[in-house]
Amino acid sequence: MQYALLFYNPPHTLIPAPEREATIAKMLAEMGAWRDELQRAGVFRTGLRLAPVDAATSLRQEGGDVLVTDGPFAETKEILGGLVVVECADLDEALGWARRCPIVRVGTVEVRPEFGAPR
Amino acid sequence: MSPEASREALDAIVRGEAGLVLASLIATFGDFDLVEDALQDAAASALERWPQDGVPQRPAAWLTVAARRRAIDRLRHRAMHAEKAEALRASEELRRAEIAAREADETVPDERLRLLFTCCHPALPPEARVALTLRALGGLSTEAVARAFLLPVATLAKRLDRAKRKIRDARIPYRVPPESEWAARLDSVLAVLYLIFNEGYSATDAEPAARRSLCEEAIRLTRVLAALVPREGEVHALLALMLLHDARRDARLGADGAFVPLDEQDRSRWRHDELSAGLGALRAAVSCPGRGPYQVQAAVAAAHVVAPSGADTPWRSIAALYAELEALAPSPVVRVNRAVAEGRARGPEAGLALLSALEGGDTASLLAGYQPYHAARADLLRRAGRNEEAVAAYRLALDLCRGEPERRFLAGRLAGIAL
Repeated sequence: MQYALLFYNPPHTLIPAPEREATIAKMLAEMGAWRDELQRAGVFRTGLRLAPVDAATSLRQEGGDVLVTDGPFAETKEILGGLVVVECADLDEALGWARRCPIVRVGTVEVRPEFGAPR
Repeated sequence: MSPEASREALDAIVRGEAGLVLASLIATFGDFDLVEDALQDAAASALERWPQDGVPQRPAAWLTVAARRRAIDRLRHRAMHAEKAEALRASEELRRAEIAAREADETVPDERLRLLFTCCHPALPPEARVALTLRALGGLSTEAVARAFLLPVATLAKRLDRAKRKIRDARIPYRVPPESEWAARLDSVLAVLYLIFNEGYSATDAEPAARRSLCEEAIRLTRVLAALVPREGEVHALLALMLLHDARRDARLGADGAFVPLDEQDRSRWRHDELSAGLGALRAAVSCPGRGPYQVQAAVAAAHVVAPSGADTPWRSIAALYAELEALAPSPVVRVNRAVAEGRARGPEAGLALLSALEGGDTASLLAGYQPYHAARADLLRRAGRNEEAVAAYRLALDLCRGEPERRFLAGRLAGIAL
């Protein structure tokens, strides 16, 4: 069964400017290493790193029209930074991989199963 | 035996075996709801047949066979009447179940450990873990669990349904966790069991019988767990802690309904067989490797209980134990208890000094609403003769009081201060 691992982290602007570039680079390297592990284990299905929320656009129907607005679905303290989809036998296996994701140290990793899981 | 008494006795037998039977059938059928319904039918049938036919030699085996038969019938029904995709799935399940039934021998395997770990999985909300454990392993009906927690039945039923759906939709595995996850998962199980006990133990006027059943279930399930994992010291220690508290339940309240502190309790009202059992469990804990927080807490309870009288309470040892507990599992409640013990061992100012350390830290804002802190502070100030400050602290503690027994106790202490 597939699980989406969704990464929520504090916006980069919260990192003090002098350390920002180095901190981000380190995190990216660790994320890359983690994804490599997922590939080697054969559980990786797909992944996408998302541009910052400033680049987001949201659509919603209100009245008769579809409104187009700048920004994400909701303004949140931690923002959705990306996701990875893995194939695992059960939740414990998915949690095991999520636990080792570097994002866990600075933000939140949400583990969501695909819809309509067959038994 | 009167009809009601024998029905009660049969009911107790069925409930006692329910966890074992449920756990083993979930292993066969993999479907919580299907198995629960089947077991409920089988239990109802048992309560009809056994008064006439006599209680079977091995009730668990009887219930297992009866429930399995009903589950297979239900699957057969599903296979015949459902939509194509659903029917295909039901047929497959039915085939597997029938094979399992033919191959099953007379013994009911003890799968309770798997069921307990699954019910207490950290991915489930804490209240759901409690409800599910009581329902699945405690054999309590949904109504009984709702009553014990002073909740509407509908609320609890929804909570249980949501939890079972989560187990299914997220595919929480039905198994005993592997070595790498064992410690954290066992912690979760022990926390659930202790929560159940504390819920039942907290003094309240509502539903005393139902609350009592929570303590009994918590103790019973912890005993089952201790038998299943006998080398885990913290399990024996938790059992000890529960028994040592429970043994004193008839001495906790005075004639006026006020809470009575441990060192002032009427020891003739303590249940000595339970105390012995508790001390025995503590010995079992000590004989296992390691020393965890439950063991230290149980040691505190034991220190209180083996003292010949309240006046002989070994406060220094208890203070040292709380210091040890604070190193293992620091928290405001541990610091407060330590301050109380230290105050009795070395004088109130020593206790107040420990409390003042809490006031400066991260927990400072939480302290304002933390009743035990104010109650402990009030007691220490009173003993130190700082009467005006004591009165203020007692008033704060009374404002935050949630239970009548505690309220009466504090009001009594307050009234006793001469200004």
